[in-house]
Amino acid sequence: MMNLRRLGSIVLKELRQLRRDRLTFAMIVGIPTMQLILFGYAINLDVRGLEAAVLDQANTARSRELVAEIGATQVLDLRYRLSTPQEVDNLLRAGKISAALMLPNDFETRLERGDRPALQIVVDGSDQVVQASARQLASFPLPGRAANDVPGIEVLNLYNPQRLAPVNTVPGLIGVILTMTMVLFTAMALVRERERGNLEMLIATPVSPWELTLGKVLPFVGIGLVQVTVVLLLGKLLFAVPLRGSLAALYSAALVFICASLALGVFISTLARSQFQAMQMAFFTFLPQILLSGFMFPFAGMPKVAQWLAEILPLTHFLRLVRGIMLRGAGLAELWPALASLALFTVVMLGIAVTRVSKRLD
Amino acid sequence: MNSAETVIRARGLTKRFGDFTAVDSLDLDVRRAEVFGFLGPNGSGKSTTIRMLCGLLSPSAGEIEVLGCRIPQDAEALKRRIGYMTQKFSLYDDLSVGENLDFLAAVHGLPRREARQRIDELLALYRLDDRRRQLAGTLSGGQKQRLALAGAVLHKPDLLFLDEPTSAVDPQSRRDFWDSLFELADAGTTLLVSTHYMDEAERCTRLGILDEGRLAADGSPEELLAQLPGTSLLVECEQPRQAQRALQGGEGILALAQIGASLRVLVEEGQSAEDIRTRLHEAGIDAEVGETAPNLEDVFVTATRRQPADREET
Repeated sequence: MMNLRRLGSIVLKELRQLRRDRLTFAMIVGIPTMQLILFGYAINLDVRGLEAAVLDQANTARSRELVAEIGATQVLDLRYRLSTPQEVDNLLRAGKISAALMLPNDFETRLERGDRPALQIVVDGSDQVVQASARQLASFPLPGRAANDVPGIEVLNLYNPQRLAPVNTVPGLIGVILTMTMVLFTAMALVRERERGNLEMLIATPVSPWELTLGKVLPFVGIGLVQVTVVLLLGKLLFAVPLRGSLAALYSAALVFICASLALGVFISTLARSQFQAMQMAFFTFLPQILLSGFMFPFAGMPKVAQWLAEILPLTHFLRLVRGIMLRGAGLAELWPALASLALFTVVMLGIAVTRVSKRLD
Repeated sequence: MNSAETVIRARGLTKRFGDFTAVDSLDLDVRRAEVFGFLGPNGSGKSTTIRMLCGLLSPSAGEIEVLGCRIPQDAEALKRRIGYMTQKFSLYDDLSVGENLDFLAAVHGLPRREARQRIDELLALYRLDDRRRQLAGTLSGGQKQRLALAGAVLHKPDLLFLDEPTSAVDPQSRRDFWDSLFELADAGTTLLVSTHYMDEAERCTRLGILDEGRLAADGSPEELLAQLPGTSLLVECEQPRQAQRALQGGEGILALAQIGASLRVLVEEGQSAEDIRTRLHEAGIDAEVGETAPNLEDVFVTATRRQPADREET
């Protein structure tokens, strides 16, 4: 049951209160402890199992042997055998693979003459750690290759050829900033009404749980989009971070992610008994998102359990979206699984939250 | 609608929180346009009862019917027709007086034009028209309370619940506030007010005395005074403290309270002023003892008097 006027009145009230709120975020003692545990668990720069494809255009005994040997290092998980460079491109852009081994037709000749690299590893440069790991492979020994100054393996860094750090961090930072602010703001929302005694007055009126929940969340959707704009502009002006995909796709992804974060915040708000508790819980969800989403450490390097956990976190999916759109020029159609995951997360969280917004005190 | 129409009807109303019984088998009838006072000490179950009647708490047992709505099933329908003024100021401190009322008007679904008129009317009535742009958090206790009342009656409820509305204001504001309540009652609104002030209780048309979750007595103040089983005596002597100590816990003594230089004594039926004077004389205290008019405090003390078995424990 939804009454637009009532919903609007709650939105307006929230905006008015927000304008006067001098909320300062206190630092919490428990955070360093948790950080230490999570860091210890997730830090693993020795990346294994990067999802990769093979494009073996030579297809000779030696080329197949070399592919098998590189596969045996387990740095690359060679799960796709492709036949055209176009396919490699598509998989990379959609984020399905992080690297590709490309063996040209004249692989045998190149190997014997040693004047040009015998094979190429194409790397998704939108992930810093992936770049670094792929570079280890550049020193892989090529048996039977003539001694020469030209390296046997050429690493081709797609999307971020100069390996500029801001190009990698700024897109992820949009997600981190949104996570932090959106979850924290809404986590406070309902619990503040309860703590200040406003809720008892409010639930004695005809307001419905949906009106109350959505009314509290909607103002922040606008605030979130403003934040996205600020980070994008600064990234562009200060670090020349490119936007290779469409702006509309980026804002759509951000919108869905903002909704997911707000839903998580409202859910926390229905659990917490005080504003302080809400803040603690918000930080509790905030740390795994930063550490496990792939923002700090490569997703592929994490243990399976951590990866499963990360699949639940909205930031993981948003990073896939934002890196795909901004750095690889991907469109939403290619990245739909991440978008769908975020939408599902939003619906489930908001649904649970609304059923928990009881109009009773007991 | 006749004036005897029952607006609130509760039977066997009970609320338990774990092992603690906050409200115990309460039967209650409140009729239209009554100013019904809930009198009781802190923790006697006043707030819990009001919250159950508003549909904010579900009862552990018992039946409630308010304005023809069965509670808790029809609680949402009821919420359109009641006003509830909470014990603690529950409007938004960080919204202005006008913004708070605008918000409540929208939440109650008042049409815009009507809302504007009604807000102007209430601001004038409750002398807040010059405070419209002031933040509610910066108002004085009396102003906050008038704003809360304005918020609670904005949608012209048939029934208004007020939970200790005057606990944070000065005596003059309390008197003004009660005048406002009577204006509402005159206009046909039924009021249920909880209080622990005797002077406020005296002004109610009917009183329910709550004690440890039970309705210990109910009736109009006059009825309750007439039914008072004991006799009220006034003891005047040089040493009221000693007199109090001499009578404390004595046979047939229901209550003792020092009022200035005299001692107010409530005695059981059968005890006379003469008996008390004799008793004091035996204790070496010379005193004048005479009968005095009973007051609600006497009624309250009698109603909430512990049974002899309980007295042993305390």
